[in-house]
Amino acid sequence: MFLINCPFCGEREQSEFKAGGEAHIVRPKQPTELSDDEWAEYLFMRKNIKGVQFERWNHVHGCRKWFNMVRDTSNDQIKAVYKMGEKPPVK
Amino acid sequence: MSNNLRFKTSKFIDETYRVSFKFNNKTYFGFKGDTLASALLANGIHLVGRSFKYHRPRGIMTSGSEEPNAIIQLHDNSSRTEPNVRATEVEIYEGLVASSQNCWPSVNFDIGGINNLLSPVLPAGFYYKTFMWPASFWEKYEYFIRKSAGLGKSPKVADPDIYEHKYIHCDVLVIGAGISGIMAAKMAAKNGFKTLLVDEKSYLGGSSIYDNSEFSKINNQITSSWLEKEINEISKLENLEIKIRTSVAAFHGYNFLLARENLTDHLPINQRENKVRQRLLKIRAKKVITATGSIERPLIFDNNDRPGILLSSAIKKYIDLYGVACGENNILFTNNDTAYETAMSLIQRGIKINAIIDNREQIDSKISYEVEKNNIEIYKGYTVVDTYGYKKINKVSIMKLSKDGQTVIGDKTKLNCDCLGVSGGWTPAVHLFTQSGGKLKFREEDQVFIPSVYPSDQISVGSCNGDFVLEEIIRNTLSSIKKFLDIDNSEYKTVETISGLNQSKRNIWLLPSDKSIGKTKSFVDYQNDATAKDIKLALREGFRSIEHVKRYTTTGMGTDQGKLGNMHALGIISETAGTKMGEHGTTTFRPPYTPLTFGTIVGRNVGEFFDIFRRTPIHDWHVANNAEFENVGQWKRAWYYPKDNENMHQAVQRESKAARDSAGILDASTLGKIDIQGTDASEFLNRVYTNAWSKLAVGKCRYGLMLNEDGMVYDDGVTTRLGENHYIMTTTTGGAANVLGKLEDYLQTEWPELDVYLSSVTDHYATISVCGPNSKKIVSKVIPDLDLSDEKFPHMSFKNAKIDNIKCRVMRISFTGEHSYEINIQANFGKSVWEKCMEAGKDFNITPYGTETMHLLRAEKGFIIVGQDTDATLTPIDLQMDWIVSKKKYDFIGKRSLYRSDTIREDRKQLVGLLTENPEEVLEEGAQIVADIKKSPIEMLGHVTSSYYSPNLRKSIALGVVKGGKNMLGQKLIIPMENKNIIVTVADPVFLDKEGERLNAKL
Repeated sequence: MFLINCPFCGEREQSEFKAGGEAHIVRPKQPTELSDDEWAEYLFMRKNIKGVQFERWNHVHGCRKWFNMVRDTSNDQIKAVYKMGEKPPVK
Repeated sequence: MSNNLRFKTSKFIDETYRVSFKFNNKTYFGFKGDTLASALLANGIHLVGRSFKYHRPRGIMTSGSEEPNAIIQLHDNSSRTEPNVRATEVEIYEGLVASSQNCWPSVNFDIGGINNLLSPVLPAGFYYKTFMWPASFWEKYEYFIRKSAGLGKSPKVADPDIYEHKYIHCDVLVIGAGISGIMAAKMAAKNGFKTLLVDEKSYLGGSSIYDNSEFSKINNQITSSWLEKEINEISKLENLEIKIRTSVAAFHGYNFLLARENLTDHLPINQRENKVRQRLLKIRAKKVITATGSIERPLIFDNNDRPGILLSSAIKKYIDLYGVACGENNILFTNNDTAYETAMSLIQRGIKINAIIDNREQIDSKISYEVEKNNIEIYKGYTVVDTYGYKKINKVSIMKLSKDGQTVIGDKTKLNCDCLGVSGGWTPAVHLFTQSGGKLKFREEDQVFIPSVYPSDQISVGSCNGDFVLEEIIRNTLSSIKKFLDIDNSEYKTVETISGLNQSKRNIWLLPSDKSIGKTKSFVDYQNDATAKDIKLALREGFRSIEHVKRYTTTGMGTDQGKLGNMHALGIISETAGTKMGEHGTTTFRPPYTPLTFGTIVGRNVGEFFDIFRRTPIHDWHVANNAEFENVGQWKRAWYYPKDNENMHQAVQRESKAARDSAGILDASTLGKIDIQGTDASEFLNRVYTNAWSKLAVGKCRYGLMLNEDGMVYDDGVTTRLGENHYIMTTTTGGAANVLGKLEDYLQTEWPELDVYLSSVTDHYATISVCGPNSKKIVSKVIPDLDLSDEKFPHMSFKNAKIDNIKCRVMRISFTGEHSYEINIQANFGKSVWEKCMEAGKDFNITPYGTETMHLLRAEKGFIIVGQDTDATLTPIDLQMDWIVSKKKYDFIGKRSLYRSDTIREDRKQLVGLLTENPEEVLEEGAQIVADIKKSPIEMLGHVTSSYYSPNLRKSIALGVVKGGKNMLGQKLIIPMENKNIIVTVADPVFLDKEGERLNAKL
């Protein structure tokens, strides 16, 4: 079980958190202008990487804040956590 | 108790404290400090159980948690009865009751023993091969297979014991209190680390604590004496917490470990009352030092499973720790020096050693010379080829090994014995290390897997790291810990060791026999009766991966998880297939290391805490008024209120009729309530609901539908504008938490610029809904000051009011299609206001109704229930709710998806009403709907989602989803049931009062 360093609360058990899928997918500002394919790209297409992945997490049983996490899915090492709207600190 | 087998010299046994216990209904005696195994051995009992498949007699083989054979049923026929308990781990207490398992009628005469004779026709994969055909016979086979499957009996009544969970945080966790663990714990604690030391045994010191040999010394003291002083010292350290009888079950990522602490299992039953029996420790350690030691390997030869055959280290432990001899006429069989330590212990106590059989041609160690000096015959370069004695070993036959160790040569010699000690060297206990994700490497010299790559901040020391000689153990432990903790080693300046052992070993995974392999029974997995022959058969049949071989032969799949034989299985596979060790993979060690009781896993979450439920503030009234309850999410909701001897149908019919004829009252407190405030609250609602919200006047209510981004209906409910920048949203009962989560998600991640604040207030208010033609009269009696005229208080509006000076909110909204009011009041006044409404409604036959009637009433009106009539595949258009989708709004969640090529298909499943030809015929919810039953395969058009008998319409009504249903109005469809086909007509989903006359009637 991970120990996650919530950017607002500090280190907490994984059981307090909820994973929310891939990070840095921005909801299109003008969805009506998009073709079906473009909208489907936003709606359905997600990466499933073995290796370093950018993810959204929510401290659901804590401060309820969403934040981003960089995690290596091959060994579950968390490389970084950062607030929503911030640029990822690692590539 | 046989005097010949007990030595009164062990300091671990309290000879003044005699303990009586029962085994297989016979009373025996042991001493305080004994395990069940040592006490049985002291009484001359080796035969304790029968093996799983062949029912072969089996005895005690080890002295610890790795025991495969001596697994017993503890506490006969009581609520505490527990199967598969290792006799080697049970500490005896006065009144202990235990019995053998997997045998009938008794362990001495077991009918199932016939399987042993049938073994030639019971090869590996027997069940897979035999019971495959004909497939229709499976049910018959299954009955008999189930009957013979499994070991032991599970308890039939509730567990009377108390269990709990506890979190522990520490800087350093040391697993295992052998010599390495003790040293590591001392170094950590003395250097300021908050340290926890755990060991599965009831004592500290591991196997070194009874090592009294002249051949292993530390700083010129006997190892056990040196270690005792160390233990004495660390037990006083403030920074160190020590837990004995604590077995680490799991080592997860991020140094999160689970351990089971046994608190009362060693106490007599009458001393256990009100005490916690076992505790599950959830340990989060910054650093972990694994010092779990190693497990002695058996040797694989024909009939290596008879009672009286033990690991040589176990024989030594029974003598040195418990003062018990396992036999009076011993033979030791080895491929390394370990057995000579056992020999020295036997010699010291004057117990006879008939011979030592050693696979090695050359033996060159101080300890072996010392043994030879005692005139003990050592057969060098020999192997045991067979053993004799059904219920206990009485002979072995031995032969000379060929040079390459692949065959036997020369004559067969038979030797008498009543106990055979075997040693195949040592296997590091790397189970926890690999559980944590660690990678192993194979060391060719002595054929062991040792830790190689650590996945977290941890280290393995001592023999679990592959150091087997005292000198190496101490030197490497010291240097590793120093580096790992980044400390100066001031605790152990000079440690000098003497060891009489030498590392040499002649490793032969499967020892040769003079018989062909097909005629041998060389057990690799004792508990599951998997033999070397079975493994070879699996390879011949094409299995290669160890994981497949394991499942096919059941090697390593018993309760002991193959702690003894897994290495041999790997060895035999690699030898047979001609590949390198580890090339076929190593089996995965999965938690728990030793079995956990269900009680420990569940902890305090039993009884009413197993699945906690939420109660509304009015719950007690429902209980007092005979309500039946329904689980909705975590809530208990009143389902219906049977009167006299009514069944559910009768109660619901009565309640539904009363609500439309006069007045009904519903506890709606469970609906989710979210308080929404902020200058952008209106804009926010515009974005999350499909309809428009900006123009909703203060004091008005509106029904809203919420979609997922994929356009599918997610939730619905009425939202009320309480003020310019203040709304209260209601959600479905089950969806409340998810809706809040979804709204927060959008606010925090997509629209952080919006000034909106959300709070869940579900629990803060009780909600009472009064409906029916007489609802107005009732509410006016409860809140006389409130003007209920249609002009002042029209449908879909809200008023602040007071009941006995308590503020409340009253909404005129309706889920039944009747004139109705919803009173929201601070939760703790909920019950009294409900009672007031009941009192006020007395003259109007006010009838409390539950969720079932609520569902019926709304179905008459064609109102959907999200989650019952929808299933995340229906858009509002599919639900024929186009009216609620704003055409003007530029965007809202899910809007773009409503005109994807897939969502605009005409033949999507759409919500329709269904009427049966026979008005008394009520459809089954979930029933399939078809058009043509002659077509093969029959095309499924949809299914029934809601179905009731309406007492107000006096006919059966149903809602369902049907492909292209919108355009099928009036068409006949078929609902095929088990013994008939029901004809239905597609209808408008609104069955009652489409014009809303009841709602708007002047009352």
